[in-house]
Amino acid sequence: MTATFPDLYMSPRLLAPGAAPADLPTHHQRYGPLSHGDPEGVLRTVAESGLTGRGGAAFPTYRKLVSVAEAGRRSGRAPVVVANGAEGEPASRKDKTLLRLSPHLVLDGLQIAAHAVGAGEAYLGVEDGATWLESALAQRSGDPLPVTVVRLPKSFLSGQASALARYVSGGAALPAHPSPPVRERGVHRAPTLVQNVETLAHLALVARYGADWYRSAGTPAQPGSALCTVHVAGHEPRVTEAPYGLPLTRLLPLEDASAVLVGGYHGTWIPAREAAELTVDAGYLGAGVLAALPVGRCGLAETARVLRYLALQSAGQCGPCLNGLPRIATAFAALAAPGPQGTVRTDLARWSGLVEGRGACHHPDGTVRLVRSALTTFAAEADAHAHGHCTATDRTALLPVPQEA
Amino acid sequence: MDRQTNPDRRMNLDIDWTSCQGHGLCAELLPEHITLDEWGYPLLDGTPVPARTVKRARRAAADCPVLALRLAPAQAG
Repeated sequence: MTATFPDLYMSPRLLAPGAAPADLPTHHQRYGPLSHGDPEGVLRTVAESGLTGRGGAAFPTYRKLVSVAEAGRRSGRAPVVVANGAEGEPASRKDKTLLRLSPHLVLDGLQIAAHAVGAGEAYLGVEDGATWLESALAQRSGDPLPVTVVRLPKSFLSGQASALARYVSGGAALPAHPSPPVRERGVHRAPTLVQNVETLAHLALVARYGADWYRSAGTPAQPGSALCTVHVAGHEPRVTEAPYGLPLTRLLPLEDASAVLVGGYHGTWIPAREAAELTVDAGYLGAGVLAALPVGRCGLAETARVLRYLALQSAGQCGPCLNGLPRIATAFAALAAPGPQGTVRTDLARWSGLVEGRGACHHPDGTVRLVRSALTTFAAEADAHAHGHCTATDRTALLPVPQEA
Repeated sequence: MDRQTNPDRRMNLDIDWTSCQGHGLCAELLPEHITLDEWGYPLLDGTPVPARTVKRARRAAADCPVLALRLAPAQAG
């Protein structure tokens, strides 16, 4: 079977060239005018494009738009649209970068989404850069729907859809029981579309240039491109746009890597030799975080640092998460330190089973995914630790963890 | 098909984890479907509650001090 790989050097769709923020005239010059069209036409084009969400779940955008529009018609309430720029994931920078360089692309997409679902209110939630976005909004006189920028508390979970909807409604930024879903009852109890800011930026281009243009990047099964935050030891994290189907080795060098973290802190560790065979795929990409662990660094120590952070970021609402995550983090810290391990590995396996699927949000599930992949990928290292030695020669931390900073 | 075995009358158990405080009454009232984990929180067996048990399950849900146990009709099939 021959595979044709899309070119890495596709012209960037979302990020302004030269890393200079695009003001409104520059934005118009670069992308041309935005026509809103009729909602049915927009929905049809989005369906044909195959656009999926870039917040991590890769849910088809068309289906989300339609379900919110229908919930609006059923309930007789105009839906609310929330652009999700929370990006609580410490290893991800793509949404912040996009909002800084191409704010108007996101704001165009927000208007398109609002138009498509018949929304009566629109919000943009961010942790940082609210003032910059308010000044960008002030330049836009032609928007049919005013947008309110909401400053979100800095936390891993503030971008979780129900937490975001509650916070925008004036409550605490805490996840809620998934029934009824936010798409039916979200902000101010109205049907609510929560859409990642990168998804909205793609939507703005799909509305301008159409489905065929969108599908000209990526693969037939996974059309388009995605922003990735690439971590290579010794370098600042880099945000880059990659078409789906691109070999992973074109994005990050793996010659000196032992393992790769794909999908962020709710993602998975993969041995470097396996990662070298992978292409950029929405199935594992999550919100686009890729980190190469160099040979000579301890993957267990990296994972232990991240797990401690994840345990601290539990909202503390759900018993299994509240009890399980700190125990998992402590056990993993013991595993990361060379020496006798006792029952640590069986404890980790049992507690992982006890927290999985037993929470209002997917925080415990994502945490367990990371734990299990680390236990598999770094099994040999864990054996070495059990015998009292760590093979690592370099203790420099790779992954960013806020509380340590 | 009688009322006791009719699959259309089966119910699924669901826990609102943000409300549950591990009182454990549900495990006493519905032990064949609910046990407690090592921290005292309910572990569901994952099977639908058959029609003959639905009445007792409703009582368990109503007796939960924080109303964290919910029943929803099981999907047919």
